[in-house]
Amino acid sequence: MADLSVTIAGIKSPNPFWLASAPPTNSGAQIQRAFDLGWGGAVWKTLSGPIINVSSRLGSLDYGSARMMGLNNIELTTGRSWKVNVKEIRETKRKYPKHALLVSLMIESKKEAWQEAVKEMNDTGCDGIELNFGCPHGMCERGMGAAIGQVPEYTQMITEWATEVAEVPTIVKLTPNVTDVTHIARAAVAGGADGISLINSVGSLMGVNLDTFAPLPVVDGKGTHGGYCGPAVKPIALNMVSACARDPKVGIPISGIGGISTWQDTVEFMALGATTVQVCTAVMHYGYRIVEDMIDGLSNWIDEKGYRRCTDFIGKALPNILDWGDLNLNYKVVARINSNLCIGCELCHVAAWDGSHQCIDIETGNGHRVPVINEPQCVGCNLCMLVCPVNGCITMVQQDTGKKPISWRQYQAELAKNPKFEAPGYVEH
Amino acid sequence: MKNLAPKLSDAEYEKNFADITPPFPPHNATLEAKRCLFCFDAPCTRACPTHIDIPAFIKKITSGNMRGSANKILDANILGMSCARVCPVGSLCEGACVYNERDTEPIQIGRLQRFSIDWFYANWDKTKEMFKPAKPNGKKVACIGGGPSSLSCAFYLAQLGYAVTIYDKNDKPGGLNTYGIARYKMSAEEALKEVKLVEHVGVKFKQNCEIGKDVKVEKLTKDSDAIFIGIGLGQTEDLGIPGEDLPGVVDAITFIDELKHKKLRDVRVGRRVAVIGAGNTSVDAATQAKRLGAEMVMVLYRRTEAEMPAYNYEYEIAKKDRCVYYFLTAPKRIIGKAAVEGIECVRMKLGKPDSSGRPAPEPVPRSEFVLECDMVIKSLGQKKQRDFVQKVLGLKTDDRGRIAVDDTLQTSNPKFYAGGDCVNGGREVVNAVAHGKRAAWAIHKRITGEDIDLDGLWKNETIRRVANTAKHQYA
Ligand SMILES: Cc1cc2nc3c(=O)[nH]c(=O)nc-3n(C[C@H](O)[C@H](O)[C@H](O)COP(=O)(O)OP(=O)(O)OC[C@H]3O[C@@H](n4cnc5c(N)ncnc54)[C@H](O)[C@@H]3O)c2cc1C
Ligand SMILES: Cc1cc2nc3c(=O)[nH]c(=O)nc-3n(C[C@H](O)[C@H](O)[C@H](O)COP(=O)(O)O)c2cc1C
Ligand code: SF4
Repeated sequence: MADLSVTIAGIKSPNPFWLASAPPTNSGAQIQRAFDLGWGGAVWKTLSGPIINVSSRLGSLDYGSARMMGLNNIELTTGRSWKVNVKEIRETKRKYPKHALLVSLMIESKKEAWQEAVKEMNDTGCDGIELNFGCPHGMCERGMGAAIGQVPEYTQMITEWATEVAEVPTIVKLTPNVTDVTHIARAAVAGGADGISLINSVGSLMGVNLDTFAPLPVVDGKGTHGGYCGPAVKPIALNMVSACARDPKVGIPISGIGGISTWQDTVEFMALGATTVQVCTAVMHYGYRIVEDMIDGLSNWIDEKGYRRCTDFIGKALPNILDWGDLNLNYKVVARINSNLCIGCELCHVAAWDGSHQCIDIETGNGHRVPVINEPQCVGCNLCMLVCPVNGCITMVQQDTGKKPISWRQYQAELAKNPKFEAPGYVEH
Repeated sequence: MKNLAPKLSDAEYEKNFADITPPFPPHNATLEAKRCLFCFDAPCTRACPTHIDIPAFIKKITSGNMRGSANKILDANILGMSCARVCPVGSLCEGACVYNERDTEPIQIGRLQRFSIDWFYANWDKTKEMFKPAKPNGKKVACIGGGPSSLSCAFYLAQLGYAVTIYDKNDKPGGLNTYGIARYKMSAEEALKEVKLVEHVGVKFKQNCEIGKDVKVEKLTKDSDAIFIGIGLGQTEDLGIPGEDLPGVVDAITFIDELKHKKLRDVRVGRRVAVIGAGNTSVDAATQAKRLGAEMVMVLYRRTEAEMPAYNYEYEIAKKDRCVYYFLTAPKRIIGKAAVEGIECVRMKLGKPDSSGRPAPEPVPRSEFVLECDMVIKSLGQKKQRDFVQKVLGLKTDDRGRIAVDDTLQTSNPKFYAGGDCVNGGREVVNAVAHGKRAAWAIHKRITGEDIDLDGLWKNETIRRVANTAKHQYA
């Protein structure tokens, strides 16, 4: 079996699977149960000053028959007492010395208060501290959470306060509710952070009740902006994780978070630069037991691919992420339909007709309704393949055009030398 | 036989005996797997006699972890392939699926299981490494009979380090999996793939070896630390009516056995066939006679549809195949000079409940009638091997002739354990597998004192750890 152990920012973990700071890490008993089932690490539910939470806190985006494609919450930090949490952190670490146990903190923006809290954590034996600069609801109204994580200067300042006194590694948890996350990541680095974790939840409003006009989730007929997470946010998270990983001015380890529920999601995050991953919604949906297939699937995949350890492929996909201007304009694919697999729904036809390039016609001979690609018209956008309900029925096939690869940047450079340089790519009708 | 059914074309044979439940195309399997709600403490897992962790193996299909998926199944049920194809899933896992409560089609668990296990056998060159012979623990176990119960018992014991030999009187191992199951559910070649897996972990097979005749029980007892009995049942019960010896009268088990091993074109079947009895085996005999080309297949049963022992979905197959059911009909004598020409029957009516609690059928006076036929297939249920068990093995049976066992499947002789049809009187493959597995644990406990009853938690790693260190610790 493959070696799944990892070290991130000096913190050792038996595997890359951590629980994110959230309800699944609300208490010692929960985290210990999760460790028993295979989780390698956990970030304790954020501790702050005394908190009062509201009742009714979650909202779900269901899609088709799938529940909780996206989950929204308006929960604040832990509602349990500071003292009880500290006692349980100490006890959990004592019982599980080999697991990674981090504590998430969000403290009133005063240096003394922050440093006092960090010092108290030093004492618990925890392996690291996560600074929650991400919560996009409630706490930011009080000058904490995303209110810090949206301003590079604040991020740097509070990270400095924490790292000054921290005796264990410090990880800064970033909010996605910013224009360019790398600026905040750089500020965390400047503040002395040992690692970053991202993303926290995305600002969201789940819907409106059409009878009462109350926003969802409802608190006494009213609602508020919340934080969005679950499978729906994975692309946002991948985007931001890879942006930080590609930025040489960041350069510190990353714990990836956002929409992770399988070992495959994990491999994607790691291939884009994450060293560990953190999971919240998938566990809230199905329980800690999901880690069994995450471990099993990951180690089977590693064996099958001939890797030895699960750190062997960290960042492997990064060299393949380019700026748009570096993509090959002479690469061309066209759609092909396997008429034997076609079930005749004509979704590709209407999508192409109304939403793309009018490039799929319908042959209605023999009473069959077989779509036919008008290849000269096809720009290779993928839309028909994406809407087709039968996998493998529509495939995109590469065309050998004989043209040499050239990017927009290279084209601009050629044009500067020779204004008559032939335009690359293909004319659209 | 007086009139043989006309032979069919090769294409017709192929079509008639093709898989009754075809495998999923890959994409559909994933779509179906994604419908699974991934219930906690899932009712399907509880309903499966071998307690396969069904949501887990399905989840692994959705995550593309095929190796893990097959492993999950085989951990709990080493005959996962045959069970995927032959289990009455509507009465087991699929019948328990929570979707039924919501008036929605249950997850097609059997077909998904087949998807995983077919992958496992299709990639045998790579996947066989998932199971390795264990380090020998110096103990020996003999299994009598090579059917599903013994295969299961032998596999799990071998993984714990036992040297296991299976003694089976047939030409090929596998018991009714190889010789009985309807051909449109599973072929003999397919059944033998699972035997290969059992062989792969070091189990030895002695075929054409009948215990009591070719090898004495005393010798086995002397040479082994424990013995597992999985001898199944015998031939079909006799009708006890005149004409039973006429050419054209066959036993359902014999007929089905031929079907599994001969070229279909060489299996003799009458133009008009009467099948007597209405259990699941009767359905298999009737439908396969029809699929071989019989023009008319009549199923005679002395009670009504309501008392019929066949599963409903089996009955549906027979009706789809246009087998004609004669309820409240009992055979009186078989007519014919040199071969079967017909069967004289009498109408029945239901009377007071008998000892089985079902209404007792009584003949209606002067209601005799004759059905013309060329072949009579006896399918009254299989005989218990009472004499063999009592006299040769020296074990106690219960009042119905089944081997008497306690909760751990131990017989009246503490060294002997038993399971499968010979204990439960004739149920399903999956029940035999569950028995074999439970007996393996019990035997291990008797010999080593170790308790490893991990039903549902039976993990390969656990087996390996046990096998390697011979000291079990479930962490
Ligand atoms: C026609 C038919 C169709 C069936 N269809 C299905 C189905 O669709 N689905 C399903 O789940 N179940 C089905 N079953 C039931 C299923 O086949 C049995 O429940 C299962 O095979 C029982 O396994 P076993 O190991 O107890 O016995 P068997 O499979 O009967 O195996 C017993 C073995 O022991 C051997 N043996 C007996 N005595 C001796 C001896 N003295 N020495 C050496 N060897 C001996 C026999 O030759 C045989 O190989 C069917 C049964 C029949 C008859
Ligand atoms: C109900 C709920 C409460 C959360 N509370 C916290 C919190 O206290 N601290 C924190 O850093 N993140 C919190 N999060 C955010 C998660 O840790 C995580 O960053 C986010 O949910 C994205 O991961 P996911 O898609 O796996 O859920 C919370 C999320 C949810 C759903
Ligand atoms: S899961 Fe249901 S029962 Fe539990 S706190 Fe939430 S609303 Fe209450």
